[in-house]
Amino acid sequence: MQIIKDQQLCENSWHYVADAAAELPVGNICVSFSRWLNASTALLHHDGLLGVRISPSDNIASLAGSLDRISLIELDFPTFADGRLFSFAWLLRSRYHFEGEIRAVGHYLPDQTFYLSRVGVNAFEPEKPEQLALILGHFQDFTAKYQDSVN
Amino acid sequence: MYQYNPVDQTLVEERVAQFRRQTERYLKGELTDEQFRALRLRNGLYIQTHAPMLRIAVPYGLLSSKQVRKIGHIARTYDKNYCHFTTRQNIQFNWPKLEQVPDILAELAAVQMHAIQTSGNCMRNTTTDHLAGVCVDEIEDPRPYCELIRQWTTFHPEFDYLPRKFKIAVSGARHDRAATQFHDIGVHLVENHAGDIGFRILVGGGLGRTPVIGQVIRPFLETPHLLSYLEAILRIYNLFGRRDNMYKARIKILVKETGMAEFTRMVEAEWGLIRDNLVLPEQRIAAIKAHFEAPPYAADANQDNTFEQYRLDHPAFAAWCQHNTAAHKIAGYRAVFLSLKAPGVPPGDLTDQQLDAVADLADEYSFGEIRTTHRQNLVFADVKQADLFPLWRRLSELNLATPNIGTVTDIICCPGLDFCSLANASSIGVTKEINAALDDMDYIHDLGDIKINFSGCMNGCAHQSVGHIGILGVDKKGAEWYQITLGGSSENEAAIGERLGPAVAKDQITQAVLDILDVYIKQRLEDESFLDTVKRVGIDPFKEQVYANH
Repeated sequence: MQIIKDQQLCENSWHYVADAAAELPVGNICVSFSRWLNASTALLHHDGLLGVRISPSDNIASLAGSLDRISLIELDFPTFADGRLFSFAWLLRSRYHFEGEIRAVGHYLPDQTFYLSRVGVNAFEPEKPEQLALILGHFQDFTAKYQDSVN
Repeated sequence: MYQYNPVDQTLVEERVAQFRRQTERYLKGELTDEQFRALRLRNGLYIQTHAPMLRIAVPYGLLSSKQVRKIGHIARTYDKNYCHFTTRQNIQFNWPKLEQVPDILAELAAVQMHAIQTSGNCMRNTTTDHLAGVCVDEIEDPRPYCELIRQWTTFHPEFDYLPRKFKIAVSGARHDRAATQFHDIGVHLVENHAGDIGFRILVGGGLGRTPVIGQVIRPFLETPHLLSYLEAILRIYNLFGRRDNMYKARIKILVKETGMAEFTRMVEAEWGLIRDNLVLPEQRIAAIKAHFEAPPYAADANQDNTFEQYRLDHPAFAAWCQHNTAAHKIAGYRAVFLSLKAPGVPPGDLTDQQLDAVADLADEYSFGEIRTTHRQNLVFADVKQADLFPLWRRLSELNLATPNIGTVTDIICCPGLDFCSLANASSIGVTKEINAALDDMDYIHDLGDIKINFSGCMNGCAHQSVGHIGILGVDKKGAEWYQITLGGSSENEAAIGERLGPAVAKDQITQAVLDILDVYIKQRLEDESFLDTVKRVGIDPFKEQVYANH
């Protein structure tokens, strides 16, 4: 499945591993925040890059000390209206200086692409493949801005 | 007033283009109702009882004559020849067609206007004192700070999907005319012991279902830190405000549940981490202030002696001067209120012809500027006293000179059941009935300062809980009933009104208001105001009379 990263279409090289799955597949894997909390040592010994999927109710601050070992943070929108993830992205970039990939997943709107990219999200996994073109289009919604953010 | 630069203009034009694409996608079925709802709300578009309602932003209540003419044009071309002024100093159209809204927004962009963030769970239009810059009790003109806040809140990428709507009001005067104690954030310009001007910041105030008076979170904030402090409050709210129950999602609930001390600690800790990243340079504040420099006042305005003579010769003019004009910091000038509360007219409405005429009068008499007030009237802020008499005659012809500003018939009223899909009861019709029952102008003037605020439902758009007399429409088994509160105030001595008793039926509410006024007349001491009388005697005497008759 294709995603958008740094405003370019590309193949998704990551596998999200459901909490129920005991075996970790080879390659780059992304796990839930609770799995990360419960099994971070084992996960760090896995052969491949590691990502963590964050929900709005997760305590983002508790990740701050581990971010140098994490390559991907997925912000999982339960609904497009949950704006906490916008602040999470800002915190990850501006306060915790996370330089890896921040990816929007779940039920966000393509129309939120511009704001998401401004607060530091640099990758977008669409809910449906036909949204890819729409998301790409939204990077150009505005050419000016009133306030500083991450971008 | 503030004039757009290329950045402002680009942003509003790009917003129109964005919303045009979104509307097309919705009409083609590519966006669901729920998805489009969030997008249209952020462009001021509600779906109402009869048709969409479009709410247009009037930043801190300031309009140019050119903009008012454009509103008239829109009323004529896209709506039913009138518009409505709201308690947030904004403008609403009740009959636009959904597919024409992008065209209306394009028309607005051509005169530096928009409908951005006038609804939805985001930062809304910043409001202020309608006498800003001209009143005699001002510490500093709040409008430059309002403009700085306008720019900062507009399209803020981090804070566009908040738990709930978020409203900021700014006051620069000693007397609070902007209800800052009932906003999510209230900003007061204050002077400290060293003589420096800064801000007192209040947080957690609000009306609606759970009225709360805001509390001081920072007694003095230096001006360069205004935006970083707002950012700290907004981030804490965005992260921790409740999202599980829309009735508990406003910041007032977060402050209450967290406790003011802990909430303050959280905000101050956040601010400590960001305060140096977002400092307003003095040059930027000065550049914005330059947009609000005083107009070229006539130095000899107070030399005029016709004004006194006209007042002596025309008692109706004298009454209008007394009630519908306010003192001005420049000798020989006064601020003039245009009453949108004439008997028989829906409160706060203006026709396209009145809009055009108001624009012409503003050009002729008040440097081409018009202000909206949170009590749903208009203000010409800078009128020479020599011009008051001819202006009064022209306003009288337009039915905009009813001398009832600040009186019992200057009722704040929401659209109610006639237009709003949230309403439980009608408000416009009952307001007309109260207005018709109070047809004796001498009696109205004798009653003095009485503020009636009338909302058609619990959402409280007309701020009934802070009305001296508050009326709230409720639904009882399909019938319209009205709850009455007494003693509320949104000014310096902020207070939430006390419930008088059980709700009264629709055919009794006007009589109940008349009874309340009657008790006041009997109970008051000399020049005692209605509010002071209620404070002194309590609600029991009012209760006795209202419920004795019903």
